[in-house]
Amino acid sequence: MKYLMLKHYRGGPTPAVDYAPMDQWTPQEVDAHIKYMNDFAARLQETGEFVDSQALAPEGTFVRSDSEGRQPVTDGPFAETKDLIAGWMIIDVDNWDRAVELAGELSAAPGPGGKPLHEWLELRPILSGHQTITE
Amino acid sequence: VNESLLRELIPAVIGVLVRRGADFASAEDAVQDALVRSLDTWPDDPPRDAKGWLITVAWRRYLDQTRAETARRQREVADHVEPPAGTVPDTDDTLALYFLCAHPSLSPSSAVALTLRAVGGLTTRQIATAYLVPEATMAQRISRAKRRVAGASLSSPGDLDTVLRVLYLVFNEGYSGDVDLAAEAIRLTRQLQSMADEPEVAGLLALMLLHHARRASRTGPDGRLVPLSKQDRSRWDTTLIAEGVAILQGALARDRLGEYQAQAAIAALHADARSAAETDWVQIVEWYDELLRLTDSPVVRLNRAVAVGEADGPQAGLAELADLDPCLPRHRAAAAYLHERAGDLELSAQLYAEAARAASNLAERDHLTRQAARVHALWSGTQ
Repeated sequence: MKYLMLKHYRGGPTPAVDYAPMDQWTPQEVDAHIKYMNDFAARLQETGEFVDSQALAPEGTFVRSDSEGRQPVTDGPFAETKDLIAGWMIIDVDNWDRAVELAGELSAAPGPGGKPLHEWLELRPILSGHQTITE
Repeated sequence: VNESLLRELIPAVIGVLVRRGADFASAEDAVQDALVRSLDTWPDDPPRDAKGWLITVAWRRYLDQTRAETARRQREVADHVEPPAGTVPDTDDTLALYFLCAHPSLSPSSAVALTLRAVGGLTTRQIATAYLVPEATMAQRISRAKRRVAGASLSSPGDLDTVLRVLYLVFNEGYSGDVDLAAEAIRLTRQLQSMADEPEVAGLLALMLLHHARRASRTGPDGRLVPLSKQDRSRWDTTLIAEGVAILQGALARDRLGEYQAQAAIAALHADARSAAETDWVQIVEWYDELLRLTDSPVVRLNRAVAVGEADGPQAGLAELADLDPCLPRHRAAAAYLHERAGDLELSAQLYAEAARAASNLAERDHLTRQAARVHALWSGTQ
């Protein structure tokens, strides 16, 4: 079963830990955080549970079609949307419990002072393909 | 037969099939099938004549395909699908294939994919892995590209500029997956240089060799990006540098300057400096001036501003930057760097943080975040 772990720049429940943006940490704290994330992905690759991981640039735009023959309409970027996705990791694991366990582990990535960030990650099941045997 | 020797044979084999009467698209498909089969079977049972084996298997494959097609259309199996009697002239169509695969009607990504497959002899799967797209997507991209150039003949003259652009793109993509695209681009450019004696081909080859020479020092043990000024220069490959410089000098002596030669000249000046402090920035600025005359690109202007900052001090560099569009890629990173050197740590840290948010790849974003953190810590220390 595949699950999507979404990391948000903003949005979700109230943060458990209040911390400064990463560019104001010490260089060692930045290194430790990046290393934790890389090691986590490497470990999941070894266990055969890693599918994909991507980071997103913070700025994008909203787009919709307009009447026929006209260019699409764009809106944004918005400086202060309530919710902003920073990136994701897709994992392929045996069950929901394992997915929760892994999301918890990823959320414990270290921040200032080497303390876990306890950052909220959003966990969403990915809908699977049609199954052959259904009865 | 090792894989890279095998791959060198691919364009010639396609050429043989085309000269026997196959159209390019079918010939290329047939050779790809033969290539995939050879990768499966040769490790256990290597043929004595690798090229002969590939030609035989690809030609048989082409005939099977054509017969199946012809039968489906209920046409007669005409004699044009039979191998012509007698020998095929031993000319090499490799150069013509370079031109065809980088045909100006193709988009850059299609031209890159087609070149890697038909000239580079990579399998679709390898190309897909290198560009991190599904294999089916890459297969589709390649077959659409082939349809687009279907009308072009192998004997019509091509455009060397687009070929060089394609090879430059392949080199710049660097290294991901199990295929070393930088090494592949160098191999293809070397081969091109042996067939097309033009200063810009030599210039591009020199540029690639000089950058490749620094590769080991460009990333740290944990995969982090190491900027030029911080690289361990004892790890630069002096053999590659010497070769690149010699090729560049040969090209420059012909007095037909082009953008690749000018870029290679800048890379050569960096390669020549034993330490970052010994870099001849005055000459580098002069080469950027040449480059601007040749291309007038905003990216060149930005790099020139940084070089001016090194040659004449950070204020001079910042003055140059002020004339440029702040939305240019790396504009904020350049400004952050120059402001730090000018002593404005607070502004520098803020600009590095903005630059990190605007970065277009993860290694660069991490690097800029570290820079922001470093300068921020310096600034906090002064408060």
